[in-house]
Amino acid sequence: MRIHQHPILSFDKRKTLNFTYNGQTLEGFEGDTIASALHAQGIKMLSESIHLKRPRGFYCAIGNCASCNMVVNGEPNVRTCITPLEEGMEVRLQEGKGHIR
Amino acid sequence: MKQVEVLIIGAGPAGLSAADILLEAGASVAIVDRSDRVGGQLTKQTHMFFGSQAHYASKRGIDILTILFDKIKHHPNLHMFTNTTVAGLYPDKVVACVQESRYFTLQAKAIIVATGASEKSLPFENNDLPGVYAAGAVQTLMNVYGVKPGDKVLMVGSGNIGLIVTYQLMQAGVIVPMLVEAAETISGYLVHASKIKRLGVDLRMRTSVKRALGTKHVEGAQIWQLDEQWQGIPGTEETIPVDTICLAVGLSPLTELLQQIGAEVTYINELGGHVPRLNDRFETTVDGVFACGDVAGIEEASSAMIAGTIAGLEAALKRGYKIENVAERRASLHASLATLRSGPHAAKIRKGHEKLGVKS
Amino acid sequence: MIEKTGVPSKEAVLEQFPERIVLVKPKAIIECYKEIPCNPCSTSCPFDAIHVPEDINVRPTIDFDACTGCGICVYHCPGLAITVMQVKDQKVMMKIPYEFTPLPKVGEQRNVLDRSGAVLTQGTITKVQTSPKQEKTALIHVEMDAAHLHDAITIEVTHGSHES
Repeated sequence: MRIHQHPILSFDKRKTLNFTYNGQTLEGFEGDTIASALHAQGIKMLSESIHLKRPRGFYCAIGNCASCNMVVNGEPNVRTCITPLEEGMEVRLQEGKGHIR
Repeated sequence: MKQVEVLIIGAGPAGLSAADILLEAGASVAIVDRSDRVGGQLTKQTHMFFGSQAHYASKRGIDILTILFDKIKHHPNLHMFTNTTVAGLYPDKVVACVQESRYFTLQAKAIIVATGASEKSLPFENNDLPGVYAAGAVQTLMNVYGVKPGDKVLMVGSGNIGLIVTYQLMQAGVIVPMLVEAAETISGYLVHASKIKRLGVDLRMRTSVKRALGTKHVEGAQIWQLDEQWQGIPGTEETIPVDTICLAVGLSPLTELLQQIGAEVTYINELGGHVPRLNDRFETTVDGVFACGDVAGIEEASSAMIAGTIAGLEAALKRGYKIENVAERRASLHASLATLRSGPHAAKIRKGHEKLGVKS
Repeated sequence: MIEKTGVPSKEAVLEQFPERIVLVKPKAIIECYKEIPCNPCSTSCPFDAIHVPEDINVRPTIDFDACTGCGICVYHCPGLAITVMQVKDQKVMMKIPYEFTPLPKVGEQRNVLDRSGAVLTQGTITKVQTSPKQEKTALIHVEMDAAHLHDAITIEVTHGSHES
């Protein structure tokens, strides 16, 4: 899902970062947020609704709506749309409201 | 607790413009923004701006950001706090901040709230499915991170954001077969509408989304026509095979922090929702707390930059700084803002301001 | 009507054109049908041919005697609402703004579109201008049969491979 050619912008080759999503190793780029790196791999479902367990993706991408909250390195409710991706991050789908370690 | 002189919340067009004039006047400025990137919505505006050439018209938003930030970024009196969310704003101007998992407080002498706005949603069946995205979010994903939201997109809403993002999706190589609009006529600039129409986008008025199709993510959209009462007309349904439904259905000002600090806000539909009551110096009902940009009512980024400069100028004067030719500069800024708000497209903004009891 | 369709009426389009004889030389055709606060067409014109008054909401007017058809306004207009037209030897030479990749190549045949997006004819790309001062809005020169003078507005976008 990456854009390779663009009339206005240039997306230069950036450093590759490895991270895991539910235990599966994936690649993203430096400068990505967790959500953009997942979306680039075709992973659109980022959380599930608290009661009905319906799939949720991102919505606002500015850290406002909580639709993209995930468990990152064990910490729940991380707004993945504004959190920069880091090497070795462990990202998991969040169940319910999340559990504090 | 760290003391700062003027604290600006939000590093978008309004906040950066305010910082510029404050630094020029000699003030010390701290800017807090929850993103790790400076610029707010300018970071994704790849289109050329309207307005007067004197105020960056014809430049692309992303290039305007570079100009604005380059002017101030090395200033010794500027302190940037990016990736930092303001979690609380208190009447003694104590500002509670969260930076990743670190909590700290700042105390300011004056505060400029330039938090911008958040995108609205639209009620329809399955509107929570992954693949139903706000237009600004799609713009961020594409233009900041270089990721396509999908391969085929239905755009909902014909305001400038809907029209512009449609064009930008096409620039990213995404197919946009159709744009639907609930109203009878196109609500954004006609030049933007013509630009996508001539490239083959089907523009449908009095049409809306009935439901999103799919179980795990969007696999299609069912649209239908609307009657004069904005109700869907049974029997007019059509299925559009898309993997993304992009909602460009308006914005609402992010006034939570202003409400926390006790600033008076009023609900004004035409301005997008709750907006602060401001005096002609863009100061809220709380002494020394100013507001500018979309948080004070939804407008264009060009207006936000001018409003930010006005708020910054007034905050500098309030702090006792001298600004050369102040009367002239103030008059000229207000005149530019009045011009941006005087055309037929700004009728809604003028009506909102009238309800609020302020001059446009 | 344009407010519902995005397509201006034939009459509205014709009003933007000078008499045919004037078009032996290239002239800017401005399709800015509704007041918006904007003036770069006017301020960018080196020949002072486009006028927007102090109230920048007023629609631009053009002096065809002063316009040289240089195309500078074409890539400065934020609405991409200006083209340059010329009629010569039963051919229309059109200059359009273009912001897609890949850019067309000189000599290439491209579908020419009308204001509703329908294919009118094939045109030949005669020049592709991309100077740094155009700030990423390319100026494409397209030649086609003179019959399409009042209907041609752009060329079809063809995307290269965007996926790796």
